[in-house]
Amino acid sequence: MSRTMTYREAMREAIREAMNADEKVFLMGEDVGHYGGCYAVSKGLLDEFGPDRIRDTPLSESGFTGAGIGAALGGMRPIVEIMTCNFALLALDQIMNTAATMRHMSGGQYHVPVVIRMATGAGRQLAAQHSHSLEGWFAHIPGLRVLAPATVADARAMLARALEDPDPVLIFENALLYNREGDVPDDLAAIDIDHASIRREGSDISLITYGGSLWKCMDAAEELAGIGVSAEVLDLRTLRPLDDAAIMASVAKTRRALIVDEGWRSGSLSAEIMSRIIEQGFWTLDTPPMRLCSAEVPIPYAKHMEEAALPQVSGIVDAARKLVGG
Amino acid sequence: MPSLGADMEDGILVEWLKAQGDTVARGDIIAVVETEKGAIEIEIFEDGKIEELLVPEGRKVPVGSPLAKISGAGEAAVSEIAQQAIPVEAAAPAAPDTTAEIIIIPPSMDKDPDLRASPAARLFAREHEIDLEGIAGTGPAGAIQLRDVEAAKPAPPKRGIDLDAMRHAIAAAMSRSKREIPHYYLTHRINVEAAQNWLENYNRQRPPPERILFGALLVKATALAIRDYPEFNGLYEQGSFRTSQAVHAGIAIAIRGGGLAAPAIQNADRLSLAELMVQMRDLIGRVRRGSFRASELTSSTMTVNSLGDRGVEGVLPIIYPPQVAIIGFGKIIEQPWVVDSQIVLRPIVQMTLAADHRVSDGHRGGLFLNAIAEKLYAPESL
Repeated sequence: MSRTMTYREAMREAIREAMNADEKVFLMGEDVGHYGGCYAVSKGLLDEFGPDRIRDTPLSESGFTGAGIGAALGGMRPIVEIMTCNFALLALDQIMNTAATMRHMSGGQYHVPVVIRMATGAGRQLAAQHSHSLEGWFAHIPGLRVLAPATVADARAMLARALEDPDPVLIFENALLYNREGDVPDDLAAIDIDHASIRREGSDISLITYGGSLWKCMDAAEELAGIGVSAEVLDLRTLRPLDDAAIMASVAKTRRALIVDEGWRSGSLSAEIMSRIIEQGFWTLDTPPMRLCSAEVPIPYAKHMEEAALPQVSGIVDAARKLVGG
Repeated sequence: MPSLGADMEDGILVEWLKAQGDTVARGDIIAVVETEKGAIEIEIFEDGKIEELLVPEGRKVPVGSPLAKISGAGEAAVSEIAQQAIPVEAAAPAAPDTTAEIIIIPPSMDKDPDLRASPAARLFAREHEIDLEGIAGTGPAGAIQLRDVEAAKPAPPKRGIDLDAMRHAIAAAMSRSKREIPHYYLTHRINVEAAQNWLENYNRQRPPPERILFGALLVKATALAIRDYPEFNGLYEQGSFRTSQAVHAGIAIAIRGGGLAAPAIQNADRLSLAELMVQMRDLIGRVRRGSFRASELTSSTMTVNSLGDRGVEGVLPIIYPPQVAIIGFGKIIEQPWVVDSQIVLRPIVQMTLAADHRVSDGHRGGLFLNAIAEKLYAPESL
């Protein structure tokens, strides 16, 4: 059995479930309480759980992220919400120099079971300070686990798995997905945070992607099927550590790879994936691997320019056709 | 690569029927080899486990080349597992393993430095010894992709008989025989009335699939008789003759469209007529389909050539080296025959022994032919 809900509702239900399951769990961030969260994920939770557990914070990402890390060190299970990953840069010192290093620097005496949620991605005309996709940067950091739920079911299931992790976990929620509806199975136990998932099977080319770009790839695969190209869509789900085996298995099957990543191209997560394909899957390839990334500009405000800066379905279809040839 | 005929120099490994890691027992069919005589199934003569297949399908190798590495039963595997073309981590994802095995293909030998071929295409071409030159690429910018090389891969030889090659093989074997073997010929005519009547009676009581053909009687009679004449049963190799205790009767089988083969019926002297007939039927069917085993082709210790109903009165056969004798039977012909000083009609068969004078002499050959005749006069003892 399954239920249909939005990505936003799935996230809210996941937080509610975690709060009910463990009194050490609490949520804090900018406007998560009275305002209900800038994307309305936590709407209603303040009334339900009270201000001790749904905590509005000052506009100081470094401060409240650090407080969350401290709480985690003190035995709590905090969920920290950062409005967008652009603002998470203010907390980067806490995330990288403290959360990600504490287990190592304490010789294993301390660990930081904090979960940090943040919105990512463009497409809502929020311009160059609210629209970037920086998950690739965070996926660079040893000591973190980085999740990118793209489906409603993953949004519903991943938080609990993240809270079970004794080390810091970052969850990147593409803001365009919040209104997306999808089915959530009753049994969430089968949904892990270790493996990539083939969302559509195909034989001619692997579209390797995650987060908000998943649905563009799914649409592109549908369009490609109409012109006789069988595209496989691999949803990475977890950006660190990457599921190399799933990537290589898919590429070995299709012998062609197109990576679709809303991050900037240079030094990106897509570059890392491509490197691994070359290192591990070179002899399975029929064409050079290709990438479709965002234009290397600050994400523009104007709608047509913003759209032009992002990977789109038509671009995915064109690139895939070029690779498959014929 | 086993020698499947006196003049075989090499063979094409057409198909592996066992894979690396399979356990094999003596007598198992492990591969199919294409020779001038057609596709032949190769048996294994050891028990053990296949550690490594050394020759890929489609490769032609000289006789004597090792085809596979086999470890004996109970013996620990010694060879490493072959390189994995696609190293894949099976466990939960971790940091990339930089120690993963790296496959190196030596610098390209392409004559055309601008030739574009994908890694997958190059690997496949290398493994199958396919020249990339001249293959039309269908990938971006005309690059050769795996599918292009796969399409260019020559189809494996069909399991069946290459008549031209078979003609060549027959020519070689018969020339060698006439060049090296001093043949002598002895002919004897026998009355097969008793044998014919006995057989008719035998067959009348049985459904068609169980009936026996006259040719089986000839093979059985010859196989029984030759036990007492060992100088006709065996092989002449490297300047000397070695007689064989077992009687493996080669039977010459004509192939529609031309050519013939003479695979063996093992221990023909010890089979009942019914068993012999079953094996002959099976062998004839398989030879005509071009599917017979290596051991069947090379294990004969003598040969019987029966022309059958559509034949003629007699045949002077040519010995198939390194054997030393072949017995040819003409077809049954009603002929005048003297019985109790009366000329009557009787079914007569002419049989001819061609034998190697280096090994035997005409006197013994005559006794041998008479012994065959005696067997046929008493068909119930066959």
